[in-house]
Amino acid sequence: MTDTRDALMIGRSTDGKLVKRPLSPHLQVYRPQITSVGSILHRFTGVAISAGTLLLVWWLVAAASGVGAFDTVQGFIASPIGLLVLFGWTAALFYHFFAGIRHLVWDAGYGFEKPTYHASGYAVFAATGAATVLVWIIGLALKA
Amino acid sequence: MSERAAVQKPPHVAVLRTPLGRARGLGSAKTGSKIWWAERVTSVALVPLTLWFVWHVIALAGLPHAAVVDWMQYPINTVLMLCLVLTTFHHMHLGLQVVIEDYIHTEAVRIASLLAMRGATALLALASVVSILKLGLAAGHI
Repeated sequence: MTDTRDALMIGRSTDGKLVKRPLSPHLQVYRPQITSVGSILHRFTGVAISAGTLLLVWWLVAAASGVGAFDTVQGFIASPIGLLVLFGWTAALFYHFFAGIRHLVWDAGYGFEKPTYHASGYAVFAATGAATVLVWIIGLALKA
Repeated sequence: MSERAAVQKPPHVAVLRTPLGRARGLGSAKTGSKIWWAERVTSVALVPLTLWFVWHVIALAGLPHAAVVDWMQYPINTVLMLCLVLTTFHHMHLGLQVVIEDYIHTEAVRIASLLAMRGATALLALASVVSILKLGLAAGHI
């Protein structure tokens, strides 16, 4: 052991001997639960909507550049790939939105009882599904 | 020798450090709470801004260029779009920083990734702001 950080993993047993502190098992041994799945999805959707801001910036820059550039973006968004990207972006945005509100409630000190955080975890999924479908129904109905 | 010692050899400590030396530099860096608060404040602001934005994107979807320019020229829309973009990119930069710090362990790669992410976020934010201002402040159609 030559790295000083390793020294932090050394402790003494009750009889005074030096021992390596135990590590928790790797993530993969745990069964996925609503808490862990919801947590990693919050991070995953955060990264996904970050990538999705490229589409927003492209749309804004194109709108400011002129009709030609703007029509190119609109053409991409209306294409099957564009619609798929936009649908995924909507779902990821709503997941991060509702899970973010759940986090803010936790930050305020509420919702830590086991039945409560299980219920709120499922509520985030339900709200994400409902909001995504609702937005697309309204959007497609307005265009029809 | 006990059975336990046979299973786990006692670790050999080649680094001589006092317990105080080990503890120094760990714990709070004294400035983290500001970043933590900024992430929360921007997320609270993004709740109404996101709802407002999604609502207007639905209304604007598929409309011609002139209609989008008209919409952006209402001062309320110019201001709220600027709020949305600035808050979004601030929040995004804070979030991506944590993700990079958590998963990239090689120091050189981590620092390079953080700098690249910061630069990209700043460029995207500036491109959005300039575009919104150009649309919002332009006299007539672009």
